Amino acid sequence: MALHSPDIAWFSWGALRGYPTRTILMLLAMSIGVSAVVILTSLGEGARIYVMDRFASLGTNLVIVFPGRSETAGINPSTMMGETPRDLTLDDAQALTRSYNVRRIAPINVGSADVSHKNRSREVVVIGTNHDMLEIRHWELAQGKFLPELDLDRASPVAVIGSNIRDELFGAQRALGKWVRIGDRRFRVIGIMGSEGRSIGVDVEETVMIPIASAQQIFNTSSVFRILVEAKTRDAIEPVKQFIIDTLQERHQGVKDVTVITQDAVLETFDRILGALTYAVGGIAAISLAVAGILIMNVMLVAVSQRTAEIGLLKALGASSRQIVILILAEAFMLSLLGAMVGFLLGQLGSWSIRYAFPDLPAYAPAWAIVIALTVAIVTGLLFSLMPARRAAGLDPVLALSGR
Amino acid sequence: MIQLTGIHRDFQVGDQTVHALDDVTLTIDSGEYISIMGPSGSGKSTLLNLLGLLDKPSSGSYRLNGQDVTALSDIQQAQVRNREIGFVFQMFHLVPRLTAAENVELPLILAGEAPEQRKSRVTRALADLGLSDRSHHKPDQLSGGQRQRVAIARATVTEPNVLLADEPTGNLDHKSGQDVIRILEELNQRGITLIMVTHDPEMGQRARRQLHMMDGRLDIDQLNQTDSAGDGTA
Repeated sequence: MALHSPDIAWFSWGALRGYPTRTILMLLAMSIGVSAVVILTSLGEGARIYVMDRFASLGTNLVIVFPGRSETAGINPSTMMGETPRDLTLDDAQALTRSYNVRRIAPINVGSADVSHKNRSREVVVIGTNHDMLEIRHWELAQGKFLPELDLDRASPVAVIGSNIRDELFGAQRALGKWVRIGDRRFRVIGIMGSEGRSIGVDVEETVMIPIASAQQIFNTSSVFRILVEAKTRDAIEPVKQFIIDTLQERHQGVKDVTVITQDAVLETFDRILGALTYAVGGIAAISLAVAGILIMNVMLVAVSQRTAEIGLLKALGASSRQIVILILAEAFMLSLLGAMVGFLLGQLGSWSIRYAFPDLPAYAPAWAIVIALTVAIVTGLLFSLMPARRAAGLDPVLALSGR
Repeated sequence: MIQLTGIHRDFQVGDQTVHALDDVTLTIDSGEYISIMGPSGSGKSTLLNLLGLLDKPSSGSYRLNGQDVTALSDIQQAQVRNREIGFVFQMFHLVPRLTAAENVELPLILAGEAPEQRKSRVTRALADLGLSDRSHHKPDQLSGGQRQRVAIARATVTEPNVLLADEPTGNLDHKSGQDVIRILEELNQRGITLIMVTHDPEMGQRARRQLHMMDGRLDIDQLNQTDSAGDGTA
């Protein structure tokens, strides 16, 4: 006496269609739970990838050097003596190229200056840097060329301007080859940065870049704000970090007065935080799945009592308790499966809407979340129907048939 | 062949024990036509349910074709119900969302029979009861008499030896009731054991063997003296 699976499916499907309100309510509960998981995790995952991308666009295998010990390092001799930390210099930057593990470096100076062309003028963030900056930051030029390869200490009157600056200073006119005034000096525009280069900290459409030696002249300084160092490989990051610390300590008379951070460390931290966040929102959404499960249990209990006569009849016709359990569970399974699928589609629609509304946010639900949502939905559906199914199987057929 | 020996069925109602069946001993041969009569609460429905393995005796033995069926497991009892016993109820108990044919098919589905065989058996069962043109109707599209005929088709599609009918005409008008009785008697003439609970004396008189119950006891067990044909009482 084994029920054929198509018969089970047919019977359960009929039972579901026989009570449309109940079925739709349960589908709704289930699909809301599943879609909540899909949408929330896609949001979390989207946010994570968004932030990671921004950080990754800082460059690959990047080590960042800046002057002064970070506060977390605690007390050191320089703080005791009230010294201000020693500045980084272009010579320091140059010294950092002398390692096999270092692919390229880019020193940076940042300041703000008036940039003008003819009678148009505006205040702009001016970045002094070198040729390698483009490669390190994975920027792309919209037009022209980037800063030429020069010795770090050689100034040159050339500038790469952001596309917004070009629009404001030149309007529809051609900007390449024209002269602009930055501070009290004149520079020839050799390149335009497009919008592809947007990344954390710098909005290249809004900046002007010139050789670092020229920037030092404009801002009247000999110091360097940051040095970006690109290691040759991921594995080389740690040796490079050590090399930088050793080299600069040696150059600074044995004082450790620089802070070196690796992009990996930053990335990792963010990855962990945002990943945890995704799990958290996923977990919260999963609670709604559990709620859906409890709802399913209640509705299945009602369904069983609504259909006592039918269950009694099945017993009279020769259904064993096991067959009754199978039929009720099959019904719950179908409901959960259908609810999970509807929820999945709703969730995909939801995350598509998010992507549509915020094109920058790659809001795709991670595969693990989808798998978990579907599994949890079906398992809770089945689990919470076990009790009603048992109750149905335990019904006294005599009472069930008499409708008492 | 059915043998009940010293059957008791007690119900606990509050702190009182109700003896629904009180020491019932009864032998029924294959092919008999039996009516069970008696006032409400006399235990006739309990007896029928017990015969149909829907209820278990508190004590006593029930042998069906020589086999002690009270000792069977749940699954085995379900098999016996499915193969050996057909039920016809006063309330028809058709599944409202299923068509007549699907209702008739249910016991075959529960028996795990292959779909092709099921179809032909269902078609035959419905044809036997003159319901071929109603096979795709839902119960609410059928008259009471037709519904009860569908129920009879369902009860007989597995070709059981015993047909248990609990007030089969109780919900029907007189004419439909007559039709249903005639069908049941025809089935009996073809060899099925027909056991019918009724409190309509007119119906009850028709049976060859009449049982009368009172307070859970078999009061009267008599053969019909006025059996018109007298054709081979078992």
